Amino acid sequence: MTVTPTPATVGTGTVLSLRGVSKRFGAVQALKNIELDVRAGEVLALVGDNGAGKSTLVKTIAGVYTADDGSMVFDGAEVRVGSPAEAQQLGIATVFQDLALCDNLDVVANLYLGRELRNGKVLDEVEMERSSWELLRQLSAKIPSVRIPVASLSGGQRQTVAIARSLLGQPKVVMLDEPTAALGVAQTAEVLNLVERLRERGLAVILISHNMADVMAVADRVAVLRLGRNNGVFTVSETKSQDIIAAITGATDNAVSERAARRTRQEGSAS
Amino acid sequence: MSTPVDGSKAPVQDTVPEAQEAAALPADLQDERLIASNGVSGAISAFTSRLRSGDLGSVPVVVGLVIIWAVFQIANSSFLSSRNLVNLTLQTTSVGVIALGIVLVLLLGEIDLSVGSVSGLAGAVLGVTFVNKGWPLLLSLVVSALLGLVIGLFYGALYTRFGVPSFVITLAGLLGFLGLQLLVLGKEGTLNIPFDSGIVKFATQSFLSPALAYGLVAVVVAAYALSRLRNRGARAAAGLSTAPTAMIAIKAAALALVLLIPVLVLNGDRGVSSMFLLFVALVLATDFMIRRTRWGRSVVAVGGNVEAARRAGINVRFIYLSVFAACSTFAAVGGILATARLIAVNQSTGGGDTNLNAIAAAVIGGTSLFGGRGSAYSALLGALVIMSISNGLALLSLDSSVRYMVTAGVLLVAVTIDSLSRRSRQAHGRA
Ligand SMILES: Nc1ncnc2c1ncn2[C@@H]1O[C@H](COP(=O)(O)OP(=O)(O)O)[C@@H](O)[C@H]1O
Ligand SMILES: [Mg+2]
Repeated sequence: MTVTPTPATVGTGTVLSLRGVSKRFGAVQALKNIELDVRAGEVLALVGDNGAGKSTLVKTIAGVYTADDGSMVFDGAEVRVGSPAEAQQLGIATVFQDLALCDNLDVVANLYLGRELRNGKVLDEVEMERSSWELLRQLSAKIPSVRIPVASLSGGQRQTVAIARSLLGQPKVVMLDEPTAALGVAQTAEVLNLVERLRERGLAVILISHNMADVMAVADRVAVLRLGRNNGVFTVSETKSQDIIAAITGATDNAVSERAARRTRQEGSAS
Repeated sequence: MSTPVDGSKAPVQDTVPEAQEAAALPADLQDERLIASNGVSGAISAFTSRLRSGDLGSVPVVVGLVIIWAVFQIANSSFLSSRNLVNLTLQTTSVGVIALGIVLVLLLGEIDLSVGSVSGLAGAVLGVTFVNKGWPLLLSLVVSALLGLVIGLFYGALYTRFGVPSFVITLAGLLGFLGLQLLVLGKEGTLNIPFDSGIVKFATQSFLSPALAYGLVAVVVAAYALSRLRNRGARAAAGLSTAPTAMIAIKAAALALVLLIPVLVLNGDRGVSSMFLLFVALVLATDFMIRRTRWGRSVVAVGGNVEAARRAGINVRFIYLSVFAACSTFAAVGGILATARLIAVNQSTGGGDTNLNAIAAAVIGGTSLFGGRGSAYSALLGALVIMSISNGLALLSLDSSVRYMVTAGVLLVAVTIDSLSRRSRQAHGRA
């Protein structure tokens, strides 16, 4: 991991910027010249069709893959992230699509897995349990007990544990890859509430979602990827969801956008 | 490491609307969906509901042990005599120590089929170096035990480097190290260990004096009660729920009984064997390592979900290496103890049913074959079951044919309980 200061590139509040990031897998150009800015206290939704490169982008930022090209500026310094552990040390936490919890361990053990609090060489169970409750309560998380195996939690609760776990390293950026994909209505609301909490804590949140309703509900800005390239960044409060859908699918060959365009034409001819 | 939660944030009470009324409750009992379980009756009902959901722990093996002992006692009234029970402790030790290593590999969801051969090889090396070559006893012991360590590291390296399934690696080890044992023993094939050597005295004639045994029980019970009380104080200080002191007293009294009765009975004959005490100490140490250290937590995590453990930053490779090394070392120590107790090592030391007895002991004791679930105590309880069967049938003058079949039946029951309770746990969300 190398850190070189480049103070000029950072705007106010921007925690993470990508410039010209590219990544290819053999013949597949998964990412091409991606530009992305993420600000503190902001939820940036990352949307795009299946295979658009969203997960690849998240994994590149998280240090799972290394970019072939381009640069990443984190907290005012250009960084090169070589592994997920390095990303975590920098302050970039990721909740991957497949959750990676140990079903046989309880909530406390999962939260602190790999960074257990200790008294000398002995696990400090009391302190871990106490601060688990403190963290979960700050997130207003609904977990009945932290001493039950995570196997007995609902999908939303498991997602909550995974997100809470990502916060333990005091990150500045949290990336959530499709956190609501497998959840029902109530559980989705639970997780979206949690995303709001992260924003309130001043974190920069990158949220991948397929669900436009979720995106419109919780995101401040939406970055669209299409076939591995940037296809526009929208401010949610000033945008209709069909414009975003048009950007996701490609504006010209889409029934929704065609109908919108037809309507505009008719309105134009009527006046 | 610093506390994870930013101290500058609003205090906890203000972020949760219902926290005001709940403030009197401990932090972990505030969720209204929690079924309240207070006091002694609460602890009992929590225990029974855990059992019903399939989280059986050591209950089946304890029940099984009671039944087996009752049956043998009815069949032959000398089974539960002090003299026979002292024999039972001596017989249990070697298999139990080997089973301790099996518990560790099973926790990872792996297996070691070669523990019998490794134990036999360690016995042979002890015999040859100590008796034939005239090495100092201590050096022979250390070399024999280290041999186990090296073999385990070799297994671990094969597993982590090349991803060969542990089943196959250790099956090769089973054959290979049996061959090496025969080679080491040479033509005559049998070595007698001198009666007056320290290791033989330790394994056959060293017993705790009654006063020492009772003193040890008192110390253990006091240490247990003190640690529970200290834990209770720490939990109270952290604002967490605490067990009622009555519950701690009941548990300490139960522990005292569980320790005193066997000691009383064993003292009716030669007493508590030093070798058996060593085994119990190893069980306690292993239990501590599994439950109270970062290493043990990592072992259980790897057994539950390797990928999750890896992403959590656990050095998975080191965990595999260390567990295979520990297992083979326990096997070697078990072989040394078997050699010392039988005052000889030969071509069948560690052969025959040693392997399967040790593996069966761990599984019968309640350690799951599916990984991520088990306890060091299952080595003790399982080895007692296995050796009780063998001891009881010998008292009835029934030969190996019956013993094999009965042990197989008990093993099948244990594995079936394991599978059923796993299914039940999944249904009850406790997988
Ligand atoms: N490890 C990989 N090896 C080869 N191709 C990959 C790999 N990961 C992703 N891809 C390809 O990169 C493209 C983007 O995939 P992905 O980032 O998973 O899309 P999304 O998450 O947006 O659905 C796809 O064409 C996919 O097949
Ligand atoms: Mg994806």
